[in-house]
Amino acid sequence: MAAPLNVSVVAADQEIWSGEASMVIAKTVEGEIGILAGHEPLLAILAAGEVRVSTTSGERLVARADDGFLSVENDTVTIVARDAELIK
Amino acid sequence: MGAQLRVYRSKIKSAQTTKKITRAMELISASRIQKAQTRVKQSTPYSQAITRAVSAVATYSNVEHPLTTEREKLDTAAIVIFTSDRGLAGAFSSSILKEAESLAELLRSEGKKVVYFLVGRKAVGYFSFRRRESEKSWTGGTDQPVFETAKEIADAVVTAYNLDDEEGGVDEIHLVYNRFVSMVTQVPEVVRLLPLEIVEGEEPSTGEVFPLYEFEPDAETVLDALLPIYVESRIFNAMLQSAAAEHAARQKAMKSASDNADNLIRDYTRLANNARQSEITQQISEIVGGADALASAKK
Repeated sequence: MAAPLNVSVVAADQEIWSGEASMVIAKTVEGEIGILAGHEPLLAILAAGEVRVSTTSGERLVARADDGFLSVENDTVTIVARDAELIK
Repeated sequence: MGAQLRVYRSKIKSAQTTKKITRAMELISASRIQKAQTRVKQSTPYSQAITRAVSAVATYSNVEHPLTTEREKLDTAAIVIFTSDRGLAGAFSSSILKEAESLAELLRSEGKKVVYFLVGRKAVGYFSFRRRESEKSWTGGTDQPVFETAKEIADAVVTAYNLDDEEGGVDEIHLVYNRFVSMVTQVPEVVRLLPLEIVEGEEPSTGEVFPLYEFEPDAETVLDALLPIYVESRIFNAMLQSAAAEHAARQKAMKSASDNADNLIRDYTRLANNARQSEITQQISEIVGGADALASAKK
């Protein structure tokens, strides 16, 4: 399996979650996008909605992110939102 | 009790009461610095991520965005001043106001009109006392800033920036705030917010090459969405820094006030002891003198 993704979910006042994940699914203004390891560098604007993260340990994590963007580079995924919170 | 002694005693009392207040404020500030510092630290990942993203877009696309391009004619400049709501923090607010004044002086000498946005009751008081105009002001909560206020300020300045000159728009926006360096040092910082200079001094990313990003939907839209967020995060960061600096300044000021009260109490206690002793001496010599007089009268 490819190297895991380093994911961090960041809100305006704090870092909400960070860790390793195998896949990130987010909803951008263009539509849903799934990110696996080895994805090309990307900057995308997020639409209001959920971001789903599948961690390497097999858990599924759902975060709400409004007014934010997503950046991917070198297997590092940063989800930045003014308002963000973990739903579960 | 002698009149002099009474005066000294009341002075000691009043210094003691003052000391109690200043000591309490010192302790409160000391405990709040920690919290304020943690908030600065917690908001760092956000501002770093945004700065990185904005730099990346700006580096790899030749998008001419109104927020990043300098205008040909710079007529009006806006200064956003971050002070505290309450005093008793030493030179915290006054040094910021002084810094803002000298910046305004500089801008005026370049032929620009200066308008002000004020944050904190101290700045508002300073302006209303001098009957000076300010564009907009925010008071309350400078010691524990919330993101909503930062958003409001950002909205106001960006709106002012986007207006035309005839409608009272501004061409430049500067921030003046106290930066928290350490518990003992707070530095007044002057930053030009708009047009953006996307060079973050604190970023260790010098020499690092940004990967070639793909933008979704496209570079222009991404930049459009990112820049207001970036402005917000810069303002929020300034507010958090200012809050941490305010607590540090207050703690320092209150510490020296408590120390001064200690000195006063010590000095007055010495004087009071002196007065009491000389009173006793006088009484003894009066008694001795009286006894002497009686004794010689008996002979």
